[in-house]
Amino acid sequence: MHTLTAHEIRDKIKNKEMSSKEITKAFLDRIEKVEDKVESYVTILPEEAMKAAETVDEKIAKGESVGALAGVPMALKDNLCTKDILTTCSSKMLHNFRPPYDCTVAQKLKDADTVLLGKLNMDEFAMGSSTENSFFKKTKNPYDITKVPGGSSGGSAACVAADEAAFTLGSDTGGSIRQPASLCGCVGLKPTYGTVSRFGLVAFASSLDQIGPLAKDVTDCALVYDQIVGYDAMDSTSVNRKYASFEKALTGDVCGLKIGVPAEYMGEGISEPVQKAILAALDSFKALGAEYEDMHLPLNEYALPAYYMISSAEASSNLARFDGVKYGFRAEKFDDLVDLYAQTRSEGFGAEVKRRIMIGTYALSSGYYDAYYKKAQQVRTMIMQDFDKAFEKYDVLVTPATPTTAFGIGEKTDDPLQMYMADICTVSVNIAGLPAVVLPCGYDANGLPVGLQIIGKPFGEAAILNAAYALEKNISKVRPTL
Amino acid sequence: MNYETVIGLEVHAELKTNTKIYCGCKNEFGGEPNTHTCPICTGMPGTLPVLNKRVVDFAIKAGLAMNCTITKYGKQDRKNYFYPDLPKAYQISQFDLPLCQNGYIDILVDGETRRIGITRIHIEEDAGKLVHDDYANCSIADYNRCGVPLIEIVSEPDLRSPEEARVFLETLKSILEYTEVSDCKMQEGSLRCDVNVSLRPFGQKEFGTRCEMKNINSFRAAVRSMEYEQKRQAEVLSAGGVIVQETRSWDDVKGTSVVMRTKEDAQDYRYFPEPDLLPIVVSDEWVEEIKKTIPELPEQRRSRYVNDYGLPEYDAFLLTSSKKTADFFDETVNLGAAPKTVSNWLMGDIAKVLNDRELEAGDIPFSPAQLKSLIALIEKGTISNSAAKKVLNEMFNSSEEPEKIVEQLGLSQVSDEGALMAMVQEVMAQNPQSIVDYKAGKDRALGFLMGQVMRVSKGKANPQVISQMLKEALDKA
Repeated sequence: MHTLTAHEIRDKIKNKEMSSKEITKAFLDRIEKVEDKVESYVTILPEEAMKAAETVDEKIAKGESVGALAGVPMALKDNLCTKDILTTCSSKMLHNFRPPYDCTVAQKLKDADTVLLGKLNMDEFAMGSSTENSFFKKTKNPYDITKVPGGSSGGSAACVAADEAAFTLGSDTGGSIRQPASLCGCVGLKPTYGTVSRFGLVAFASSLDQIGPLAKDVTDCALVYDQIVGYDAMDSTSVNRKYASFEKALTGDVCGLKIGVPAEYMGEGISEPVQKAILAALDSFKALGAEYEDMHLPLNEYALPAYYMISSAEASSNLARFDGVKYGFRAEKFDDLVDLYAQTRSEGFGAEVKRRIMIGTYALSSGYYDAYYKKAQQVRTMIMQDFDKAFEKYDVLVTPATPTTAFGIGEKTDDPLQMYMADICTVSVNIAGLPAVVLPCGYDANGLPVGLQIIGKPFGEAAILNAAYALEKNISKVRPTL
Repeated sequence: MNYETVIGLEVHAELKTNTKIYCGCKNEFGGEPNTHTCPICTGMPGTLPVLNKRVVDFAIKAGLAMNCTITKYGKQDRKNYFYPDLPKAYQISQFDLPLCQNGYIDILVDGETRRIGITRIHIEEDAGKLVHDDYANCSIADYNRCGVPLIEIVSEPDLRSPEEARVFLETLKSILEYTEVSDCKMQEGSLRCDVNVSLRPFGQKEFGTRCEMKNINSFRAAVRSMEYEQKRQAEVLSAGGVIVQETRSWDDVKGTSVVMRTKEDAQDYRYFPEPDLLPIVVSDEWVEEIKKTIPELPEQRRSRYVNDYGLPEYDAFLLTSSKKTADFFDETVNLGAAPKTVSNWLMGDIAKVLNDRELEAGDIPFSPAQLKSLIALIEKGTISNSAAKKVLNEMFNSSEEPEKIVEQLGLSQVSDEGALMAMVQEVMAQNPQSIVDYKAGKDRALGFLMGQVMRVSKGKANPQVISQMLKEALDKA
């Protein structure tokens, strides 16, 4: 039962072939069985979930109207605030933090009558590409538990891949949905900046962060996006516009679709199995009636440094509020106010978070601002123009999602720069605020999934999801064995 | 050597919007600690600010009233620093694109108009308040004031004396009151100022090194701190010393200032554009709409008082410097009282009582109609001027109708000639020398005898009547 997709569960519950309690119980059993190996959850909510499922079942029994995803069990990344439920960001700093409010997307999924199974592990404050930066645990890749699930939404990706929830939400600042989706063989969508409210998402880099779904297939991805998309007056960067159903827009027709393949994403550093799988997928697209050709995004090489400047600068400010004064962790021993700050932040944050705070503080400092932060913003504008130009000619761009398939646990932890390179295919999308979907397009010799990324124009989610839907039907999916 | 003083001011005014700048919490003074707060203004993780449009309206209104250019494309920035009263560890403010720029206000000093430049006006959020409890050896944070909207008004270094700075502050305050942008209550902290002072030899063009004074809680303290700083810097320079750029804290009790920090350890606030908020785009139509809401400003009112009522420039300036006082004046005059008489009352006895009772200008506890009644009682001869002062005092105590107070206190003037004649004769009998003096042409004697009659009548005698009676009686004597 736990292998069912979200849309299958939705339909079965709607047709009274299955109750929410049954499916919720099935997922809780699955968690019981595999969580020891996968470790995707920080918090599991068995009682709350069963109660929520019961409420939905009662509503259905009484013939009351229910939400679009009534009874579907799901889980949220632990940087999405959930009222009265631990929201830790996988950090010691917030190990005991229970927000008195729900983030907008959690509220929307409540309104859709979904069932919350728990909160998912992540790299601390969403900084990382392997989920090894969690204060609590290291999540494993369900395809090979000696490998990382990617990050920072590693818990969200592994959870879906291990069938521990029907779908999950993650957040993506530089690839944090797409890179783990790629490594764990699931479908992940990073929506256009401003389409999903960030209210209640613990901020990493405000101008880059975006919430999105991780799911078992493209249809699930579209239907979850349907539920979370939309204007929110609580988020000033939220775009006020109407959206048609993305699920209903999935036709699978890609005839005449013009695909650009940026050469900068297919060269050095991209492993052979990845290149091979991407090229095979491009041929599938061609067979489906789409056209593709090589093209260039010449400024791409500047995306990663610009990303690390901007995201770290914003993070240094966003994370300054964690100072031991109001909530969360506070050091036990300190001499005075400055020492309270120093001790709390030294003990409460992990190494990677501290590294980013240092980089960001430096980049914003007087005398360095122009050379680093301002320069990075200028690069950002130019990268946007690069994409604008590309989209004059192409409907979508196709690239690998990651340079390699899943790497080993501990393999890159000693070399932050190597780790940062894991985001090389994904960061420019955040820099430009564009939508991109990642789906498995093949498997390497060890059976590890290869992710393909489809990048769209601003608000072009329907086009990229449809292209992904078309390709998905031509890929034979391999399930992990746990 | 003689030095010229150069002063520039930074004034923070709380805007009296209904709600805070980035959330829906009430913008109200007082309240139990942490009751006017929510997850947004306390900077809880994941919460986001949404700009209150009224704040922009108010800031633009203030900017227009101070002849500023309104920035068409503005933005907000984060000012980063750690302190427990700042829950996000950054203050949302404006750095390089403030809402209003390049304005001025005209002030009247020693009968001359001086134009003082306004460099900029920007919007920002207030921080909370720390209460230090020495007894419990801890500090307690009250976040009620977090997110209260402020404008910071920065003047050019155009002021040349503490007195000029005081007039500037009074004028600025009256503009903010007139436009109803701020309550300007210094004791509640809704108007605060920082002072920058430097000295230079007369005739020198370059500015001297400046010092900034913080922790100033009243206009009086501002003037005192500037006088102190002026003197301190003159002494340093005269002794051949050098002024060090520093921030000093004013101690109003001791009347001195001490160094808070020098330029070297000035904080780096690492300003950068606030990514959670969109740019502030102000259309011409928006500015025009706000222009329509600007009322008659103090300067316009002043010339109306001079031209229409014939008041002296000085009277007009004092009356209009407080909007409440000027409104009170207008209403009383509209009820038919003579402008100059009303002006005399407001600037004289009423101002004195307000001052004695440490009330703000215009905080008059009775109505214009009551003042009009009081004036009428004097004009009708029912009470004397001295009795009127007593009535006024009582009006401040009880807000009662003047007629009732006159009755209660028995202050009606005695105009009964029989009763008065008896008093006149009694006084003359007791002061024969004064009669001799009067006959010898000493006018002072008449005044003395008048005073005696007033004393005997306990102030109730109608002075016009007794003056007439005394003269007649003396001439006959």
